[in-house]
Amino acid sequence: MANNVSHTTEYRTLGKVLLFLMLCTFLTITVTGIHLGPLSVTVALLIACAKAYTVMTYFMHLKYESLLLKLLVGFVFVLFVLIILITFIDYAFR
Amino acid sequence: MSEKHNHVEEHRDDEASKLGMWLFIFTELLLFGGLFIVYSIFRHEYYQAFRESSLELSVTIGAINTIALLFSSMTVAMALTAMQKNDKKTALIMIGITLLMALVFLVNKYFEWGHKIEHGLYPGSALMPLLDRGHLLYFSLYFFMTGLHAFHIIVGMVLLFVCLFKVKNGSIHHEKYALLENGALYWHLVDLIWIFLFPLMYLIS
Repeated sequence: MANNVSHTTEYRTLGKVLLFLMLCTFLTITVTGIHLGPLSVTVALLIACAKAYTVMTYFMHLKYESLLLKLLVGFVFVLFVLIILITFIDYAFR
Repeated sequence: MSEKHNHVEEHRDDEASKLGMWLFIFTELLLFGGLFIVYSIFRHEYYQAFRESSLELSVTIGAINTIALLFSSMTVAMALTAMQKNDKKTALIMIGITLLMALVFLVNKYFEWGHKIEHGLYPGSALMPLLDRGHLLYFSLYFFMTGLHAFHIIVGMVLLFVCLFKVKNGSIHHEKYALLENGALYWHLVDLIWIFLFPLMYLIS
């Protein structure tokens, strides 16, 4: 059946992923609660990236998808980083 | 089983429809990505005002909403797992819980926004133009970004409602669940956006 190639993720795995995400949320709130200055944004964004990566990998089944889809996601990510870089460089040197 | 013998080949390509959903998700990510860039630049330019304004938001409400969305993201993934295992009942319960969590999110948002609106803080209010530029930009971006996100929640709820009925009447089943899979993908997107919105809007102070 070529139509049903989707991977089945076990309930237990999904539960563990949720636990990890909750832990990350708790960590973000705690870390931004203590005043680390500009570092706290960096930490908050890094944790957010880790959460996003986990959601895409397990909840969105990206781990078990075709190479094409993985490459496409990577491409969009690189595109977005480039847009950020170019915008920030523009702002920094005007 | 007799159906299998005189089986008529149905024209269907689940892989392609999933790819299509992902392409749509990319456009959504770039839409919100653009807004995040706007936010970052103004935050850089009006650092103090953004800090002060974000103190006006309740971290508790934000945290409850984060937990509701993360939890609903898990339950919708579980609904898909249940459907793949041909467990219709569990799938229905899981979609139901997801919808309930979405409702919790919206009710929370209603109170949060209501509180701001009571204080005269909403786009187009008499108070807004009196704010200085930094505060004005923060609250404009706050209302626009969380508003656009809440709109996505409503669209996601409609999509999941359709899935709920289709699972119920059997047009989504364990060999044909592309719609549920794509609906779940959309719901995860809503969660993904919130993962970034929450720390940036509520926690940057």
